[in-house]
Amino acid sequence: MMVNLSRRRFLKISAATMAAAGALDGSFHVMAGSDKPVEQGIRTVPTFCNLCFWECGAIATVRDGKLWKIEGNPLDPLSRGRLCPRGTGGIGAQYDPDRLRSPLLRVSERGQEKWKAVTWDEALAYVADKMQKIKTEHGPESFAAFIHGLGGRFFKHTLRAFGTENIAAPSFAQCRGPRDVGFTLTFGADAGSLERTDIENAQCLVLIGSHIGENMHNTQVQEFADAVGRGATVIVADPRFSVAGSKAKYYLPIKPGTDLALLLAWMHVIVEEKLYDQEYVDKYGFGFEQFVAEIQSFTPEWAYPETGIDPDTIRATAREMARYRPATLIHPGRHSSWYGNDAQRSRALALLNALMGSWGRKGGLYIPAGMSLPDYPFPPYPKSDKPLADNPNNRYPFADEVISTGIREATITGNPYPVKGWLVYATNLINSLPNQAETIRAIENLDLLVVVDTIPSEIACWADVVLPESIYLERYEELHAEPFRHPFIALRQPVVPAPGDQKPNWWIAKTLAQKLGLGAYYPWNDIEEYLRARLKAGGYSFEDLKRDGIIRGPQPPIYFEDGAPVAFDTPSRKIEFYSVQLQKAGFDPVPKYTPPEPPPPGSYRLLFGRAPMHSFSRTQTNPLLLDLQDENAVWVNAQEATRLGLRSGDYVRLRNQDGQVSNRVRVKATERIHPDCVYMTHGWGHTSKMLRSAFGRGASDAQMITRYKTDPLMGGTGMNVNFVTLESEA
Amino acid sequence: MSRFGMVIDTRRCVGCHDCVVACKTENGVPEGYSRDWITEEMHGAFPTLQLEIRSERCNHCDNPPCVSCCPTGASHIHERGGVVLVTHDKCIGCKACLAACPYDARFIHPDGYADKCTFCIHRVEKGLDPACVSVCPTHCMHFGDLDDPQSEVSQLLSSRPHHTLMSEAGTKPCIYYLT
Repeated sequence: MMVNLSRRRFLKISAATMAAAGALDGSFHVMAGSDKPVEQGIRTVPTFCNLCFWECGAIATVRDGKLWKIEGNPLDPLSRGRLCPRGTGGIGAQYDPDRLRSPLLRVSERGQEKWKAVTWDEALAYVADKMQKIKTEHGPESFAAFIHGLGGRFFKHTLRAFGTENIAAPSFAQCRGPRDVGFTLTFGADAGSLERTDIENAQCLVLIGSHIGENMHNTQVQEFADAVGRGATVIVADPRFSVAGSKAKYYLPIKPGTDLALLLAWMHVIVEEKLYDQEYVDKYGFGFEQFVAEIQSFTPEWAYPETGIDPDTIRATAREMARYRPATLIHPGRHSSWYGNDAQRSRALALLNALMGSWGRKGGLYIPAGMSLPDYPFPPYPKSDKPLADNPNNRYPFADEVISTGIREATITGNPYPVKGWLVYATNLINSLPNQAETIRAIENLDLLVVVDTIPSEIACWADVVLPESIYLERYEELHAEPFRHPFIALRQPVVPAPGDQKPNWWIAKTLAQKLGLGAYYPWNDIEEYLRARLKAGGYSFEDLKRDGIIRGPQPPIYFEDGAPVAFDTPSRKIEFYSVQLQKAGFDPVPKYTPPEPPPPGSYRLLFGRAPMHSFSRTQTNPLLLDLQDENAVWVNAQEATRLGLRSGDYVRLRNQDGQVSNRVRVKATERIHPDCVYMTHGWGHTSKMLRSAFGRGASDAQMITRYKTDPLMGGTGMNVNFVTLESEA
Repeated sequence: MSRFGMVIDTRRCVGCHDCVVACKTENGVPEGYSRDWITEEMHGAFPTLQLEIRSERCNHCDNPPCVSCCPTGASHIHERGGVVLVTHDKCIGCKACLAACPYDARFIHPDGYADKCTFCIHRVEKGLDPACVSVCPTHCMHFGDLDDPQSEVSQLLSSRPHHTLMSEAGTKPCIYYLT
């Protein structure tokens, strides 16, 4: 079958295919040109994936010197021998024709994308010199960083040694932060990244807007399919009939932005009908009576006009949850920065789990376990006498990580002090932060913007210096040992050489540290020495890990009933049904609902999510993944589309409440979405001209998110607060 | 005699396309083409909907019209498991088989021959599952001998409701979808 292609695309592909093949041949014939023989035969190398933060264990196969395929490592508890489509297609990143090949120095106005290729020595000397100037003029804290994922570890190290702690991960304020804060306020611990969700044993799984199966957090998808296969009750509340919704026993077509009303009504029913786990609540709960008093008024009848979910369904689903407790898992979700009240909504998710007695219990939220792995010894970091720049006067009192948008704001305002330099690693800030104009305004105040990436992302276009990182199949990495159901340590190791002048993150961070006079923080010569020493200190063998890719630890108990430690790191040392610390800080001690602003007449709320075959805005030029999906579409309710005279496949432009107009994007007219909203997958509408194969394809949700609502508890940016109209494109 | 087939559980499938990309890397399928693909079939109106997601490919039919119409004998039924294959150097690229296949499972490879799913016969002969089956993170696909009543595929068919695609075409497809 031929993939649906326009003729233009087909011709373009033919050229691109030849170019890609050329690039592949080129990289290996360099070796042929030297004295080294061309590699023959088949070899396999265990490593771990980097297409998303799940970082699954994998085995890459090389045939005659070229990457052939990559499969899950059966020893790995994350992949369980099977990767997701992004992982399987990950090898395409190696021969992505648009990847960065050498360090680049800007030679025109910022954002004009004019560069000269320079040596690493020139590039890093330039960066170090500018960093020292910023340090001299303003102090080291005036240099900040935005980092995503495990690969940022060495950059953090270099920057802490330099003297700054202004190191933010957009994954906090733009993604999982509200959830983590809501859970920490309740249980004293967050949901984890590898989430501690025991979907494998859940008999009832509740998903609030969480689109497992479209987001491909591999282990969760596998466990979800198992749960569906064995007939577990799945309850999905989502304004979109998601793939998960299509597997559900109860699909609740909730009005966008009203999830908290549904959660409160469920809790009301469960308390009213005494369906909760009384013994668990008595033993572990704090402030339950006050909580009960606070939720008295949130009846299903109250919730009905808000949510559009009828009272009978709310009661039936509440009883269904109670029937299977404690093996009832209300999924914490992950991307939770939706409406600006998100930490409180997440707290309601946590409280509903608490009523089910599912935290620490089989089929609920287990207690994860890691492996002991001592850090490599290095000198202590310098101490700063300045506060962090992101959260002056502790404006967001429950932020427990650096707020990326707070760093951006400080960069714009100079308050609490000027921020004059940014290092951006593996996050496309233009598309990951809301309101692109604010990001660009902040960039205009910088003396230095350094971007480290594998591809010329939009943020790279704004950089002064772009540093090309080798991809995961070409480098060693910090060890992967996140706490999980089964403790493990995973190794990433090179499978093939980098095709150009790309370098691994550890080398870039270490060399930069040396140029900054911070060589003492890297008392090892190369990464193998570092990894070997760390493993040896933990009592593990580097050789074993190189051979197998994974070391598994002994299995500790992960449920309270099996002896897992019972500990709640909250002020009361219990599960906080009523939060005194929230009350003291002037917030609702039990979540309260505020209705969302309705869409203006003729407008739709813009919602966004994931496609299973792409990660963020980082994979669209991967030829294998581009072939699976080569643009996004805007989902429009079929009746609304008819009213607007639009059919599936038509091109439209989105115009938002601030007059922002999107790139053209195809309509998907479908029954699968609530008439109040439209939906698109994130990552498309690239504007970087260097991303040649993805440039101009589809529309960018990020571009349309000019408005955001900041969570008063923790500074997360609710981004589902933009409204769009659709304009037909001839 | 064995008769290879697949049983695909539509309840588990999430339509992630892992099967599609695994086939492309395993078999070196050129960019812009696919030997397998995902179909979503939806019924109903919001919010009362049914969605069936299917991983589709050549059905390796017992009565394959692509074989009977082939003027050169390139399209043939392989002795092992009844797999429908194309001998590349016998194929003249006339496209008769493309027209005959009711599943649109074939395409002309840029090198000029008709191409399609082979059930990864090169893997099956080594005792492995086809690539699409072996990668699927939802474990929705099963491969085996439909003539062996003890095989996993036969057991699944005897215990679960299922359907084939366009059974009315008389092609006797060997891919079954559990519902």
